[in-house]
Amino acid sequence: MAIRDRLSGNEAVAVAMRQINPDVMPAYPITPSTEIPQYFTSFVANGQVDTEFVPVESEHSAMSACIGSEAAGARTITATSSCGLALMWEVLNVAASDRLPICLALVNRALSGPININCDHSDAMGARDTGWIQLFAENNQEAYDNMVQAYRIAEHPDVMLPIMVCQDGFITSHAVENITLLEDDVVKSFVGEYNPEHYLLKDGESIAYGPYAVTNYVMEARRAQMQGLRNAKQVALDVAKEFAAISGREYGFFEEYKMEDAEYAMVIIGSAAGTAKDTADQLREQGIRAGVLKIRLFRPFPAEEIAHALRNVRYLAIMDRTEDFNTNCGPLGAEIKAALFNNNYHPLTLNYCYGLGGRDVTVESLTSVFHDLMEAAETKDAGETYRYLSVRE
Amino acid sequence: MKNLIEIRWHGRGGQGAKTAALLLADVAFSTGMYVQGFPEYGPERMGAPITAYNRLSAKAIRNHSNIYEPDYVVVVDETLLDTVHVTDGLKEDGAIIINTSRSAKELLPRLRGYKGRVCTIDARRISLETLGKYFPNSPMLAAIVKVSSIMDEDIFLEEMRKSYAHKFASKPEVIEGNMKALSLALQEVQ
Repeated sequence: MAIRDRLSGNEAVAVAMRQINPDVMPAYPITPSTEIPQYFTSFVANGQVDTEFVPVESEHSAMSACIGSEAAGARTITATSSCGLALMWEVLNVAASDRLPICLALVNRALSGPININCDHSDAMGARDTGWIQLFAENNQEAYDNMVQAYRIAEHPDVMLPIMVCQDGFITSHAVENITLLEDDVVKSFVGEYNPEHYLLKDGESIAYGPYAVTNYVMEARRAQMQGLRNAKQVALDVAKEFAAISGREYGFFEEYKMEDAEYAMVIIGSAAGTAKDTADQLREQGIRAGVLKIRLFRPFPAEEIAHALRNVRYLAIMDRTEDFNTNCGPLGAEIKAALFNNNYHPLTLNYCYGLGGRDVTVESLTSVFHDLMEAAETKDAGETYRYLSVRE
Repeated sequence: MKNLIEIRWHGRGGQGAKTAALLLADVAFSTGMYVQGFPEYGPERMGAPITAYNRLSAKAIRNHSNIYEPDYVVVVDETLLDTVHVTDGLKEDGAIIINTSRSAKELLPRLRGYKGRVCTIDARRISLETLGKYFPNSPMLAAIVKVSSIMDEDIFLEEMRKSYAHKFASKPEVIEGNMKALSLALQEVQ
């Protein structure tokens, strides 16, 4: 029996973590971290989990401790946000190259500066090329569901890579919404026991994690790591299928909303996707064929599948909730355009930077994006292809 | 009820406006609605103006923006009327509910031409009478439930009793006071 509840995004992820009952959780327990470790430590203190909680002195140490514990053979989890993820950056790469399926609950918030605590994706996007799998959520339900599926993807023998489960800071992390939870024993049996093939404390086996690799081996190690990420695509779909069987909720690489006949489409990540769906509905009432493609899996990037989903779109807006300062486009813009180019699709494309530092995203602001597309369609001129939404200039 | 009711709370940091919005989401959830309750965070300081929001709906809610054209505005601290444009976007067929010992008529000049219904509740007096301390959020919560008619009053009280029993499990002595505050506020809001 599913459990109807109302929880904030932070609570929802903490509940999933309680149900998973990981072996070890190293975490930096104060700002810039979130309420997730706070809720989880109360589960530890109350004996609802038997996780070893390791309060560390920094986020760099948190991820370093994760690496040690996961390499030893323990299922390991951590949580952070914003500058905390930035401080982990060096060791995020180590976790991935050591093929350690650590799980990280990330609440997406702005990086400094200016100093700001609110939502954008600059933390996750800054870590997008560290070799981690990245899942994003529109709402609390998806954050919870992604967390339940995370270890099944990361720990799969064909994958063995760390995974980041992302949700939007404050907009979902601190918002109470309806949610349907799975029962504890259902989650427990879905996630299963962690039985790695190799680990440091394995009796009778000698193994080293993170040794020096001479030039003769680095490319092969990287190639093998990339293959693990590539394999994660099929595994993510297989796990989603099994998850649908226990939950009734279906997941893929992305969600297509009214895309079948969409002439104008928006590609977007995170909580603003819900607002974008409401926007598409309003536009359709006016006879405008608008659709939304919401990215769930950003790493590995499902390029071919996304290009295929966009094959009939003539006018496309790509929404980036980060500024990566290449001055031509955002990270999602670059990925989508590369995917379209490789598959020989060439819609008129506008890329927007939006929602930085919690700048609100409304039906009105997203409607203006579709209007920009319509104007470009009419004039047959894209104009400036990289734009800022809702900015004072 | 209407398909979607949107509420904006104005308070000062430390007064519990955010908690009240989350409690309203809680109690509306328990009557079967789809809910959102969320705060808007600025620099966190005691006494600084803060905003919190509710969406309550018979249908699933996807919109994650703030609320600019609320059906109802709840003002937990009367002094905000002079510093925050609390009536901005407020629908004229909705209402504003203000924690005050003054009459609606007296407050009208401070409401920037708002033409809709103005409701008042003396949450300070009710709170001091029933709890002996100033916690305005229980009376304000009852006031918004009454004014908006989002749920039956008896069901509201029944669900709040459960909610307090959970929230105050370690200090059950404050439950009765809070229940009294709710009942008084239901009667007194005008």
